[in-house]
Amino acid sequence: MSMLHHPVDQTGVEERIARFNTRSIKKESKLQGLRLALSMIDLTTLEGKDTAGKVRQMCYKAMHLADDLPDIPQVAAVCVYPNHVKTAKIALGESGIKVASVATAFPSGNSSRKIKLEDTKMAVGQGADEIDMVISRGAFLAGDVQFVSDEIAAIKDACGEARLKVILETGELSTLDNIRRASVLAMQSGADFIKTSTGKIQPAATMPVTLVMLEAIRDYYDETGIMIGMKPAGGISTAKSALQYLVMLYETLGPEWMSNEWFRFGASSLANDILLQLGKEKMGVYYSPDYISKD
Amino acid sequence: MSATEIRKTYKLFIGGQFPRTESGRYYKVSNAKNEVIANMCLASRKDFRNAVVAARKAFESWSTKSAFNRSQILYRMAEMLEGRKAQFVDELMQTGMSKTMAEKEVRLSVDRMVYYSGWCDKYHQLFGTVNPVSSSHFNFSMPEAMGVIGVIAPESHPLLGLVSVVLPLIAGGNTVVVLASEKHPLCSISLAEVLATSDLSGGVVNILTGKSQELHTHFASHMDVNAILYARADAKEKKTMAELSALNVKRSFFYERDWYRADAENPYDILDFQEIKTTWHPIEQIGTSGAKY
Repeated sequence: MSMLHHPVDQTGVEERIARFNTRSIKKESKLQGLRLALSMIDLTTLEGKDTAGKVRQMCYKAMHLADDLPDIPQVAAVCVYPNHVKTAKIALGESGIKVASVATAFPSGNSSRKIKLEDTKMAVGQGADEIDMVISRGAFLAGDVQFVSDEIAAIKDACGEARLKVILETGELSTLDNIRRASVLAMQSGADFIKTSTGKIQPAATMPVTLVMLEAIRDYYDETGIMIGMKPAGGISTAKSALQYLVMLYETLGPEWMSNEWFRFGASSLANDILLQLGKEKMGVYYSPDYISKD
Repeated sequence: MSATEIRKTYKLFIGGQFPRTESGRYYKVSNAKNEVIANMCLASRKDFRNAVVAARKAFESWSTKSAFNRSQILYRMAEMLEGRKAQFVDELMQTGMSKTMAEKEVRLSVDRMVYYSGWCDKYHQLFGTVNPVSSSHFNFSMPEAMGVIGVIAPESHPLLGLVSVVLPLIAGGNTVVVLASEKHPLCSISLAEVLATSDLSGGVVNILTGKSQELHTHFASHMDVNAILYARADAKEKKTMAELSALNVKRSFFYERDWYRADAENPYDILDFQEIKTTWHPIEQIGTSGAKY
């Protein structure tokens, strides 16, 4: 039997996470880690009340996280709904920041194949560099893995040049075994990235879930030689937890994955917490959110 | 048969929780006979940082509560303290205070809570003003809470002193991180048990125990603290705090008082920690005489 389909040892996962969380990252390595984490962020706004103005504001922030702090990188991408892709694309101009768009009847994924494909094509047509799709959790949980696999493959086809992130919505998959199975299914069906959550369901990204997905990526790489990216999303809001995720990434997948080409944080408030830490390093005293833009 | 005495582990009070210090450090607290009576958390600057985060989080909901509701909660505090009188008298007597004096201090502390509870919905009327201006505007100034206040509580009178410096601040809608008396912290930190059971949301008051010598610079330099109140006598610490608080233009106040005196409670302590907001509201000229307000 292939290594890809072994069951997950839940207790083992939890104990391993506990060990990651005891790592102490200080001084120069902490700063390096924080800057790396900033560069891996997909700055996200996925609200019904999003406007072109809010998207432009977020794009400005993506390019100018904190101009008065030294050596602050840009984020990796902004993540928006398909109807805001064009606005974001124009606002970001030549900055090199990618535009990611959710698609496929995000966040529930409950619609027809046809509409999901149209949704994807629209986002790509408007210039999206990356597509974040959701899988049909209902079909997956009902055991119809073929349906889910075909759907991912069809969407991948519609993506063309755009990279495809497949959202498993782990908060709805119940068990780590299911999460492992869904990860493997997504990778085999054409995902470039696998992503934990939409951010609309609790729990969103957690360390155990992310570890299971990272291990699936590692095993898939060992078997096929294909690198797949990882994106935990939702619920990661502190610099400290971002560093713990990076430790886990490094120790599970190694240095090749330590860039925004292969790892992303889907987050809206994480950037500000990291900037607070970097502000503290610059000032030598604890910093205040008053000096950092909210959105 | 006498039961084994169960001793209380004194911990910090941050965000409505009772955590131990993250530093794992402790110091010994002795009674008047020089016997060690407790191990007390020696709070670190990270504990202080965590307390500021908790206070900042609590600020929005506390400062926007209705003044009357804040008043009710402060009164509830007095009720809770009243019911635990015996414990506080006992803890004060361990500092060498006579029973009479200890009872007096607890009585005054309860009174002071009731006093500031009463002021919660009244200081606006006293300090708010309607201002004469020579344009057609209705112009008024109202006090608003400053934000997160760092307080170094008096070294003597661990209960009354702490109540006297914290209550006017929270009556005014601020949230507080307070460092308790170093030598006699028992009843300061026991006060947390009163606060935790009086409908006060977690984070409005955070109590640390430890050394001012270690922490006062962090109180003064933290960019997310809006004002500081230092109620001790150390001239060197005062000077350092005044200098460091200039970094983010913190308001800084230095109180030295006899906390037993009647004028130790007054509404101007609320006003010290208020920002005054003036509003220009356009109007037509009022009245047939053309009077302008």
